[in-house]
Amino acid sequence: MSSFEPSTELIRLSAAALAAKLKAGEVSAVEVTQAHLDRIASVDGEINAFLHVNTNEALAVAAEVDGIRAAGGAAAEELHQLAGVPIAVKDLIVTIGQPTTAGSKILEGWRSPYDATVVRKLRAAKMPILGKTNLDEFAMGSSTEHSAYGPTRNPWDLERIPGGSGGGSAAAVAAFEAPLALGTDTGGSIRQPGAVTGTVGVKPTYGAVSRYGAIAMASSLDQIGPVSRTVLDSALLQEVIGGHDPYDSTSLTDPFDNLVAAARTGNVEGMRIGIIKELHGEGYQAGVENRFNESLELLKEAGAEIVEVSCPNFKYALGAYYLIMPSEVSSNLAKFDGVRYGMRVLPKDGPLTIERVMAATRAAGFGDEVKRRIILGTYALSAGYYDAYYGSAQKVRTLIQRDFAAAFAQADVLISPTAPTTAFKLGEKLNDPLAMYLNDVATIPANMAGVPGLSLPGGLADEDGLPVGIQLLAPAREDARVYRVGAVLESLLEEKWGGPLLAQAPVLDSNSTVAGGSL
Amino acid sequence: MSVDTILSFEEAMEKYDPVLGFEVHVELNTRTKMFSSAPNVFGDDPNTNVNEVDLGMPGVLPVVNKAAVESSIKIGLALNCKIAESCRFARKNYFYPDTPKNFQTSQYDEPIAYDGWLDVELEDGTVFRVEIERAHMEEDAGKLTHLGGQAGRIQGADYSLVDYNRAGVPLVEIVTKPIEGAGSRAPELAKAYVAAVREIVKNLGVSEARMERGNVRCDANVSLRPHGQERFGIRSETKNVNSLRAVEHAVRYEIQRHAAVLESGVPVTQETRHWHEDTRSTTAGREKSDADDYRYFPEPDLVPVVASREWVEELRATLPEPPAERRKRLKEAWGYSDLEFRDVVNAGVMDSIEETIAAGAAVGLTADAARKWWMGEIVGRAKAADVDPADLGVTPQAIVELNQLVVDGKINNKMASQVLDGVLAGEGAPAEIVEKRGLAMVSDDGPLLEAIDAALAAQPDVADKIRGGKVQAIGAIVGGVMKATRGQADAGRVRELILEKLGVQG
Repeated sequence: MSSFEPSTELIRLSAAALAAKLKAGEVSAVEVTQAHLDRIASVDGEINAFLHVNTNEALAVAAEVDGIRAAGGAAAEELHQLAGVPIAVKDLIVTIGQPTTAGSKILEGWRSPYDATVVRKLRAAKMPILGKTNLDEFAMGSSTEHSAYGPTRNPWDLERIPGGSGGGSAAAVAAFEAPLALGTDTGGSIRQPGAVTGTVGVKPTYGAVSRYGAIAMASSLDQIGPVSRTVLDSALLQEVIGGHDPYDSTSLTDPFDNLVAAARTGNVEGMRIGIIKELHGEGYQAGVENRFNESLELLKEAGAEIVEVSCPNFKYALGAYYLIMPSEVSSNLAKFDGVRYGMRVLPKDGPLTIERVMAATRAAGFGDEVKRRIILGTYALSAGYYDAYYGSAQKVRTLIQRDFAAAFAQADVLISPTAPTTAFKLGEKLNDPLAMYLNDVATIPANMAGVPGLSLPGGLADEDGLPVGIQLLAPAREDARVYRVGAVLESLLEEKWGGPLLAQAPVLDSNSTVAGGSL
Repeated sequence: MSVDTILSFEEAMEKYDPVLGFEVHVELNTRTKMFSSAPNVFGDDPNTNVNEVDLGMPGVLPVVNKAAVESSIKIGLALNCKIAESCRFARKNYFYPDTPKNFQTSQYDEPIAYDGWLDVELEDGTVFRVEIERAHMEEDAGKLTHLGGQAGRIQGADYSLVDYNRAGVPLVEIVTKPIEGAGSRAPELAKAYVAAVREIVKNLGVSEARMERGNVRCDANVSLRPHGQERFGIRSETKNVNSLRAVEHAVRYEIQRHAAVLESGVPVTQETRHWHEDTRSTTAGREKSDADDYRYFPEPDLVPVVASREWVEELRATLPEPPAERRKRLKEAWGYSDLEFRDVVNAGVMDSIEETIAAGAAVGLTADAARKWWMGEIVGRAKAADVDPADLGVTPQAIVELNQLVVDGKINNKMASQVLDGVLAGEGAPAEIVEKRGLAMVSDDGPLLEAIDAALAAQPDVADKIRGGKVQAIGAIVGGVMKATRGQADAGRVRELILEKLGVQG
């Protein structure tokens, strides 16, 4: 056991740095994993990032990695470079051996009989899974306040939201409870939490990562992606989880450019970076605009050509999204009916018919936001309304794709703030769904077009000292570009800050009560 | 349950023209299910052929079974359809516990096959062309068993059992265009159409095509309109009519029932009907209207099914000869009369005869001989055993050997029947059975002459008659000889010897 590095420092290392130390034998996987478990035990009572902590299995996997390394030989050589680097998994992704709740009461206590494809890949890489992270119920929300298991808090300010729906994964990484996490992004659920917690989050190209085992919210928009503290770490993680999966017909078959190599390119000279006219300015917080402009200046200084592009149909994206997404939700969530698994509620009085049991189960099991979207979607798909709602929304989707195509004819990468504001206060928008939905205005277009998007920390807003996210977008299958530009911008910004942005985050009280046990 | 009034079929026909329409569901015999790798097997223990996809577990995704697409294209081609270059699946949303996802993944407005036709031959040889609107792919639902309460219905049941083995089994639904002009032959046409579809999918090898197992299920749409009226009447849809006979009866019944409703001056209700084999009648099911809202939308978890023209042509090249063409060819080759051939087809022994002729080609077995064996001894025994003749356990090779024994004069027809008993009892090949059972025909004239002398002596009056020219009386003497030889004599030879002995010309 190497004692020169206190575990409080181990948890601050990037995944890449941990991987290097593990490989060099400077630290054991058990030490790394235990350090994170200790951190979870120490701070998660305040953060509530984890719905389930997977202590025994995580340590067992770590011990296995250490054993293989100690034995040496071919098996040690063949270990994945991230073997022994722990990871947290959003509780929308199914795992054998741990509960999966999707943040909903309706799945309380349910255990999946199968692993999601991405989880199988984590296991194959021997990455210890620390546990399952909190989320808005069925990933529906931008604040994690819609979780049936209480909100997650933002490590920068415990009175503020960590974003959503993947607030748990983002907060866990921001609070040094995990170096890496998996998220899912349907309209910004990886990128917006990344923005408001000062972490990196990537929504890969639609189809780049298998969705098999991610509990579907809106199938045509959902995408699993990495959450980390550095751009390189996300690239490393996407290389682990990406690739074609025969269990997901929508997963892509062609290989991508190497993402890790792209993140290590180190220059943006001559690259054309397009500012999307419609995704900044009015409606965006002043501090967000300032940090955005600062990033543009840095990129320009680094030799990138900054151009302005217009995507006139993006203004319809939010409206179209709130027809397509709920339509798919209404169908995807029909299976939660109390018949085969999960919660079953019998009606209090009256006959016990199947319809009434299904209705009572769904009434008790789903929260208000989920019900709101099921109702919206059911309406949008109804005969007589389909063409006006779902049909029109699909046309808007095509227009957004055309806007992207035109924009990418002028620029290699597009840039915008990730979210219009910094983290808002818990409860602030809970009763105003429309205000909540507006938080995703800049992230939704990428889902509508299936293109990759990366959010990285752009600094702190002047007015509230909270993190601002910068979003980079590239054409479908060109994920390498967002990693390349993201890594360069990240190094320029860190040079300016004199270190990672999270070094400026308040130190969490490590003496708070231990939490995070199983549900 | 109220009993509907019906008019007589003849009365109904006097006033109305029936318009028919069929939705035939064909379960494909692929190794795995439509969207999962679970086995597609009938008859196993409930809920054993399921995986997380079939159970609609959270997070699962469907993947289209390529073999099912191939089978569907074959069906489309055999029904003279166009094959879509690209087509999608949709979701049909409704809550019901036999559908694990609470939606069925089915093709909706983009069927894989469309605009085809099928020539259906009626009993008397009349050919009726049925236009095919579409053949589309979908998945089957699970099987519900309702216990307690009103038998077999979910309403009022104490509880229901669900078996998801069938959930996700690949189906092709074949939908006809409205069939007009069948007149009083509508019930007969209904049966012949479903029989023709069944025959085609069986011939293609894409389905077990066993109606009693639900491999082929028919929903029959019936409406009536007064003679001369263009506009269609309001239709009923009789669900899951699962035998050929029932299809005919259900259509006939619905025509009679509709006629009675129309006669009473009330409009027909658009509804689904349930067929009851015991009472040979239908009862009202769910009221169906265009307001039924399944909220169809394109299945976002699947990419379009693309059928390249090259693939379609490859599949077309593998299609077997269509059953109707094959029948025409065989009938001509065998030289059977219309009646003979129809009997052969109806008895279900056409294939067996074809195989028998092929097996007997070297020894010159004739088509007529093959037919006599199958239509005589074998069909009779199959009927007695209540099995299909082909399933009785007699091989074409056995028939060839049996026939040869008779041709060679080694056994007679009566003995052949006993040999067949032996074949069915598993006693071995015909020649072995002849040996074991001691059935060899008496061919040595010596013992026969003795027996003939004895028979003539026993019946001198008959002998006189024959001598006097009444040759037809010889049967009594032959009978006596046969009796004396326990049937092991060749009756033809016995006759010759008697005539020789009496000096009479045959």
